[in-house]
Amino acid sequence: MELNGAQIVVQSLIDEGVEYIFGYPGGAVLHLYDAIFQQEELKHILVRHEQGATHAADGYARATGKPGVVLVTSGPGATNAVTGIATAYLDSIPLVVISGQVSLPVIGSDAFQEVDMVGITRPCVKHNFLVKDVTKLAETIKKAFYVATSGRPGPVVIDIPKDITAPNIKVPYSYPESVSIRSYNPVVSGHKDQIKKAVDLLLSAKRPIIYSGGGVVLGEASEQLIEFTRALGYPITNTLMGLGSYPATDNQYVGMLGMHGTYEANMAMHESDVIIAIGARFDDRVTGKLDLFCPHAKIIHIDIDPASISKTVRVAIPIVGDIKPVLEQMLSLIKESCIKTDADALAQWWKQISEWQTINCLDFDRTSPLIKPQYVIEQLHEVTKGDAYVTSDVGQHQMWAAQYYKFNKPRRWINSGGLGTMGFGLPAAIGVKLAFPEADVACVTGEASIQMCIQELSTALQYKTHVKIINLNNRYMGMVRQWQEFSYESRYSHSYMDTLPEFVKLAEAYGHVGLRIDKPEEVRPTLETAFAMKDRTVFIDIMTDRTENVYPMIEAGKGHHDMKLRVAIGTSTDRELA
Amino acid sequence: MRHIISILMENESGALSRVAGLFSARGYNIESLTVAPTEDPSLSRMTLVTRGNDEIIEQITKQLNKLIDVVKLIDLAESFHIERELLMVKVRTSPEMRDEIRSMADIFRGKIIDVTPTTYIIEMTGPSEKLDAFIAAIDPESIIEAVRSGPTGISRGELGLHL
Ligand SMILES: Cc1cc2nc3c(=O)[nH]c(=O)nc-3n(C[C@H](O)[C@H](O)[C@H](O)COP(=O)(O)OP(=O)(O)OC[C@H]3O[C@@H](n4cnc5c(N)ncnc54)[C@H](O)[C@@H]3O)c2cc1C
Ligand SMILES: Cc1ncc(C[n+]2csc(CCOP(=O)(O)OP(=O)(O)O)c2C)c(N)n1
Ligand SMILES: [Mg+2]
Repeated sequence: MELNGAQIVVQSLIDEGVEYIFGYPGGAVLHLYDAIFQQEELKHILVRHEQGATHAADGYARATGKPGVVLVTSGPGATNAVTGIATAYLDSIPLVVISGQVSLPVIGSDAFQEVDMVGITRPCVKHNFLVKDVTKLAETIKKAFYVATSGRPGPVVIDIPKDITAPNIKVPYSYPESVSIRSYNPVVSGHKDQIKKAVDLLLSAKRPIIYSGGGVVLGEASEQLIEFTRALGYPITNTLMGLGSYPATDNQYVGMLGMHGTYEANMAMHESDVIIAIGARFDDRVTGKLDLFCPHAKIIHIDIDPASISKTVRVAIPIVGDIKPVLEQMLSLIKESCIKTDADALAQWWKQISEWQTINCLDFDRTSPLIKPQYVIEQLHEVTKGDAYVTSDVGQHQMWAAQYYKFNKPRRWINSGGLGTMGFGLPAAIGVKLAFPEADVACVTGEASIQMCIQELSTALQYKTHVKIINLNNRYMGMVRQWQEFSYESRYSHSYMDTLPEFVKLAEAYGHVGLRIDKPEEVRPTLETAFAMKDRTVFIDIMTDRTENVYPMIEAGKGHHDMKLRVAIGTSTDRELA
Repeated sequence: MRHIISILMENESGALSRVAGLFSARGYNIESLTVAPTEDPSLSRMTLVTRGNDEIIEQITKQLNKLIDVVKLIDLAESFHIERELLMVKVRTSPEMRDEIRSMADIFRGKIIDVTPTTYIIEMTGPSEKLDAFIAAIDPESIIEAVRSGPTGISRGELGLHL
């Protein structure tokens, strides 16, 4: 079969099994758009801003586990995509981003809409390619998907000069079944001896904790994690990125850890003697001050990326490998082992943990006449029966969604953790809804964040992606305001917008339903109404208590045992330990 | 501690900037960097000299290995190796000084590779410290220009960095 470059791109994507491509046209990709026009298999989703394209593709990828695919033009189209690429990079999300480029002969001449996309994206992609030969196009696309989805996933950019996609140059086409790259061989199975050592250490623990993260979601290892955790009977905490990979309503789950983690999770980390980190990368939001991090613990770390291991925290037993096979190996060793977990020590440890739990660190004022944001999330959880896909933006609302929506399944919680990109939530929700048209999809956002990609409301109408936008409107950049309250003597410098749009009218202007509430008793019925409207996008503007803060909180420079709690409770470091 | 990292990588445009970019983005220092194609034209070899404690060097090698274009690398400091650097130095010569400079070059096993009525160019290879010593031994006023390649190295014995 002979195809031109543009047809090769489209056919390669189809042969790769791509369902949706999120994009925005422009000069350098006109040949590509013409090829897209002339077929029906590959569905193109026209966003309203290229940042929206990357976030929508990213949301699709996070919800499905399949790579998200993006098409943007050169120059401004490409640079607009960069924030979304960096967002995917920091959370290890597989994306393939195709950017148009000026024609090969004029590259480097400051041609119209020329920007060095390969150069700009180099620090925020797993890899990138500039295609200089149309005969290499199909192979490059195959390589891009392979790199993006294997090992530690990540975004890959393919920069394609316009002349490479020219309609008149046809070359033989065949899409490679597989590719190998001699310089790229991700490790899969863990080292046997290390695994054995890890199991021995785990079984000898007196105050163990399992700390698992986004790697479990990325590695589709939720089932193995649950089996492993139950077999040991140890407490487990999840990072923000790992939420849902272990059921939040399970007894062994002690909540999220880190800056806004639960008291019990952070205390258990601090007092533990053995930690097994599974697909988590010891982010600074999790560790707090490194010198104070888990002073008594020996650490086992499973990660597919050797560079994640001992990067910020030195570990005793590193295991480089894919979580799923590694946990399977560990499980069979645990079952075979003649050593059993220390039942007495474990009972003591659980006793201590349940004592910490009595503090009830996520409790909030349920009698307030104002709408408490936490209450909204609890109600959202109930109304959607805990089964919605929840995307979020960045700020306090994100933390409340993470704390109060009890995720019981992986890939349901979709947020920008590593980069913390405001504007992520709405386009991501659109991507999720395309993947799962029948599912409930909620975008929990704030009045500042939503304005960063509000234009995608128009995309939502065009493609009938009927998501529900839960705008926790505190009339503040709440997260910024909270830091200013705690660390800058309440000098609220520019964390407040003097003017806000009328979101109800805005939603209506975009062709959607807008609802506004300001009383607690309206929350439940309004959510019910919104989710009952299956064929409408609903924007619920919820006036919340504007002074509410996210608790618990570990402030900068503090350790896990030193949390700011809603009610002042003494830390228990001086308490007698089991 | 000083480390010489020898890297075998795909001979692709952009490969060099990936390595250089990694160092600047992550705040690692590069003392020197040399790169040239190998006997296999699809591969090039890069030698870079960096400094850092064991943890930093461990991260550097892991991050380098993570680059898709990097095929293999070794930290030469971990084993017996030979290290060489090339120096070309152009010195101003007065008739009275010529003999002295020549004998100094001889002592250091340098070669005079260009002569004009007022200048010499001396070529010298060796471990970097030897080149440092030579430069220190000649009158700084006389040096018009000194060009150094940056060190490159190879491990001793059967061990080698190849596909
Ligand atoms: C406002 C705000 C507040 C935040 N507060 C918190 C907080 O309180 N608590 C918190 O936890 N986070 C918080 N975060 C998020 C934080 O910034 C990090 O994004 C997050 O902690 C990282 O999660 P993770 O360690 O699970 O790593 P991820 O970024 O999810 O990385 C996954 C790790 O798993 C590895 N991996 C991937 N696939 C596999 C596989 N198949 N097998 C083995 N390993 C694999 C990767 O190499 C990587 O090391 C906050 C973010 C924001 C924006
Ligand atoms: C693109 C971007 N710019 C700035 C920030 C810094 N930032 C983090 S949270 C936040 C405020 C978010 O306000 P809002 O969306 O109203 O959420 P709230 O915290 O009030 O729930 C800001 C400005 C960011 N994370 N992303
Ligand atoms: Mg707000």
